[in-house]
Amino acid sequence: MKYFGKKLITLIMTLFLVSVAAFLAFQVIPGDVVTSILGTEATPEREEQLREELGLNDPPAVRYFHWITGVLQGDLGVSYRYSKNMNEMMPVAELIGDKLPVTLWLAAVSLVFIVAVSIPLGVLWAGLSDAAHGRRGGMLARVGHILDAALGVVTQATMAVPSFFLGILVTYLLGIVLGLFAPGGYVSYQENFAGFLVYLIFPALSIAIPKIAMTSRFLRNSMLTELSADYVRTAYSKGTSKRRVMYGHVLRNAMMPVVTFLGMIVAEIVAGSIVVEQVFGLPGIGRLLISSISTRDFPVVEILILYITFVVIFVYFLVDILYRVIDPRISGT
Amino acid sequence: MKQSGSGKWNKYFVAGLFMTGLAVLLGIVGFFWTPYSTTEMSAAEKFAAPSMQHLFGTDNFGRDIFSRVMQGLGTTISISSLVVLCSGSVGILLGAVTGYFGGLLDEVVMRITDALNGFPSILLTLVIISVLGSGRQNVIISLGLVFVPSFVRIVRSEFIRLRDMDYIKRARLMGVGKLRILFVHILPNIFSVFWVSVMIGFNNAILAESGMSYLGIGVQPPDASLGKMLSDAQGYLQSAPWYALAPGLTIVWVVLGFSLFSEGIRRNQ
Amino acid sequence: MKTSFHRKKKLSGLLFVALLIMAVLGGCADGTGESSGDNSSKEPKGSVVVGIQQDIDSLDPHKATAAGTKEILFNIFEGLVKPDENGNLIGAVASDYTISEDGLIYTFTLRENVKFHNGNAVTAEDVKYSLERVSGLLDGTPLISTLSTIQAVDIVDEKTVQVTVGSANTELIYSFVAAIIPAGSGETTEATPVGTGPFSFVSYKPLEGIVLAKFADYWQEGLPYVEEVNFKIVNSADTALMELQGGTIDLYAYLTDSQAQALKDSHQVIASPSNVVQALFLNNAVAPLDDVRVRQAILYALDKEEINDFVGGGSGTLISSAMLPTLKDYYADLNDTYGTKANVDKAKELLADAGYSNGFDLEIAIPSNYEFHMQTGEVVVEQLKAVGINATIKAVEWGTWLDEVYNGRQYAATISGITCDMTPGYLLNRFQTTSKKNFINFANEEYDELYVKAQETLNLTEKAEYYKQLQKILCDEAGSAFLQVPANMTAINKELSGYKFYPIYVQDMSTVYFQK
Repeated sequence: MKYFGKKLITLIMTLFLVSVAAFLAFQVIPGDVVTSILGTEATPEREEQLREELGLNDPPAVRYFHWITGVLQGDLGVSYRYSKNMNEMMPVAELIGDKLPVTLWLAAVSLVFIVAVSIPLGVLWAGLSDAAHGRRGGMLARVGHILDAALGVVTQATMAVPSFFLGILVTYLLGIVLGLFAPGGYVSYQENFAGFLVYLIFPALSIAIPKIAMTSRFLRNSMLTELSADYVRTAYSKGTSKRRVMYGHVLRNAMMPVVTFLGMIVAEIVAGSIVVEQVFGLPGIGRLLISSISTRDFPVVEILILYITFVVIFVYFLVDILYRVIDPRISGT
Repeated sequence: MKQSGSGKWNKYFVAGLFMTGLAVLLGIVGFFWTPYSTTEMSAAEKFAAPSMQHLFGTDNFGRDIFSRVMQGLGTTISISSLVVLCSGSVGILLGAVTGYFGGLLDEVVMRITDALNGFPSILLTLVIISVLGSGRQNVIISLGLVFVPSFVRIVRSEFIRLRDMDYIKRARLMGVGKLRILFVHILPNIFSVFWVSVMIGFNNAILAESGMSYLGIGVQPPDASLGKMLSDAQGYLQSAPWYALAPGLTIVWVVLGFSLFSEGIRRNQ
Repeated sequence: MKTSFHRKKKLSGLLFVALLIMAVLGGCADGTGESSGDNSSKEPKGSVVVGIQQDIDSLDPHKATAAGTKEILFNIFEGLVKPDENGNLIGAVASDYTISEDGLIYTFTLRENVKFHNGNAVTAEDVKYSLERVSGLLDGTPLISTLSTIQAVDIVDEKTVQVTVGSANTELIYSFVAAIIPAGSGETTEATPVGTGPFSFVSYKPLEGIVLAKFADYWQEGLPYVEEVNFKIVNSADTALMELQGGTIDLYAYLTDSQAQALKDSHQVIASPSNVVQALFLNNAVAPLDDVRVRQAILYALDKEEINDFVGGGSGTLISSAMLPTLKDYYADLNDTYGTKANVDKAKELLADAGYSNGFDLEIAIPSNYEFHMQTGEVVVEQLKAVGINATIKAVEWGTWLDEVYNGRQYAATISGITCDMTPGYLLNRFQTTSKKNFINFANEEYDELYVKAQETLNLTEKAEYYKQLQKILCDEAGSAFLQVPANMTAINKELSGYKFYPIYVQDMSTVYFQK
């Protein structure tokens, strides 16, 4: 319990530091939102009017205090840039709420791919490796050896492909050459959910492929480690069938670190989808973040930074807790 | 478990050395000489397909893509080296002091590195770049900052492990100075572990640098950078696919080379 | 004396002082110069998706400043007058107008049967409200600076509105394109924009786009043809290309040259002059650019033909001063002054004269969201290298550019484009020494005096002459390196017809229809 408390305090501290840092960063940044909104046709009167409207004339500390107390009460503020119906500015919550499903679904579809492919692949691979290094030898061992090495090379190479290049490759090969989808033809999830999911397959593939390589390697190594454990030998010597040993004991134990590994991948996808959203023109929070930074829409940027940080460290936190709950051998540092 | 590829010159090491060596060589040569000018434009040679004259073809300004890839490699590798050098040095310094002495300083530094670690690196670089502006120097600064925490952690945990070793305890009893213990007695013994994290860091730096220039916040044109070339090429995928493939595959080549190389080193140990 | 609005040539030659303009309007409501005469093909049907580059900055037509927003709002709102595809003004909410001899009183006659999207007929009250709102008479904040000269808006009768202005200006009439909105709707127009245009507002989503629907009661009989127009924000020119190929957008107006090449078989690809003046702007107050010889050397060093070839496929129009060639009566062709090819020897000679025989460093700030300017930058850097000038590119975000370059004037050189309206003096105005918009710090007394004279005269021929002299001074003094008026490369779905090209930034969807 003491450990959880300590972790929780770290989590809150981190969020606090991030909020201050995010807020301060945008005080020194060059570029003023007012000129950004009004462009080259600005008149001093309009500038002053707008500055007053947006509350930009208060000192930074006051604005931080207003902002953070608002956030804690669930009021995320309003965008400088986007206006909403009834002649008022768009609440940040609504703006993000509209874009968030795109990013979350992208993460979800990617995760489905990762789990669906990497776990069978990892198990199969571990089996192959085990056969290849087994004492029995013969054809099976030789084939196993070749496949094992081939998978090693393929996954290693796949892990070296940056997601933006993979996105371009997917666009080129699946979109332009094979014509499986219309690149850039994003369908809004509110209009046509099925079409939306179909389009998401391709960006999700770009995210998933390197992670599949990583996860299956991880699972394979994890399983091989388990296979060399004492209890496996004991099980064999007791006459338990190979299949039962493999799936009953080894897989279950080997999955534990894999689950935590997947947790970290989720965090990585949420933060890392910024680039892939850019490649595929998805209106998710990554694109919102980049466009908000260039238009100086600080309320949106600050909340997005806080939000993404929160998701990432919260997932890490959960993974950490989960790990300790499953495996009591690991005690506090 | 006995690995097939162990030994000083295992397969990973050889393949990695070859790939990395070739890339580094091309990059270094690219600083001094390229087959064609990297900036000279020629309207007559726009979008020439790969050929004997132009190994990787030419781009929308008729520039030789191979020459630009060489220059881009030099840029990417030099930036990544500097990033690792900077963040590695800071990491050693902070990790050594906090790991060896512990106490309040340790607590403060660890909380900050925790916070930085929780902060997704791409976000952090985006924010730093939007504050500092884009350009080579700022890329190094922002990536350097992003990479410090991982080095601090590795070095710190190694120092914690080694500070209670018998030979260190003995040295302390003999009245050896603290700095001497830190940097003469302990430091050389963490290099085997540190080296692997340097290689991983280097790889991540290459990916991060090219990602940044892909997003347009890295090195500025007309200097060639692999990521920027890739984003420029995206619009010509249909008419000139080689334009995107050349820089993209080069990034893959370098990253793969380094990961094989570090895998090879790891298996040596 | 009478003349019709769409015959500007004749108009511009006449003495303005004695001019009584009576416009005969609305006669050309249908089939304005369209080649296809097959009426059966113009069945009202279908939905058109238009790709746009930027997000909307405001749905309030009086507050919107971005050109990318105005091109869309053109379909929702109309002013008393509006531009046509030839760059002339035609009547919209007003059917005709007169201007008093001293140029101080504008009398507008409202068109019969013009309705707002909410079904109400446009009244003199609505016009009065709209003009008072933009001129600042309503709350003291002028929303359109040129119209702040309006002193009073009086309703003469139900169909007649009289506007009194503070000073005579032959170019003021162009500002009456300002949207007419229902009286009192200023507070709600941002949320529920209501105008008199051919399309009514349906919905808007940030980062995604804006949807408009056909307005059945539009005053131009038979228009528009299509049921729905969806202006969709595309991520970048690259995705626009893919979307055009994939058929998810029907029309996109800002293609690069190579993209246009890629699309020429599958789409109708048409180049038309834009209303953007692209230049390498030089900060006249920063050393060594404060030396006119250095600036002239840069102008000699540049090869405009090559720039046009590389970034525009040769489709742009080369210029040497601040005037759109499409404004024929006012444009002075000064391309011979420095030539359109590079003159390296002359440039080096001037640099040596100025004491920079070894060249110098020059940082060019370019807004990074404009791929066209970034590419131009790469070519310019290469050309300047040939005369020993070591130029570097500094990509800045649009917000930073506005703040540091445009407003702060903290820069040496920048490549950018200025979007012009149809007012001939629009571009020249900003280069007066004390103008707030004079971000290149151009300072020339003769220029300032001439500009004042040009504004004072009510004689259009004289005015045109002054404008030509102003362009010459700007060019001779090498105020900046004006490069070209890029072409808009527009790709249109082959099934679409009737799209009209405007010399200004407008996407008129009212005349578009599906063939078949």
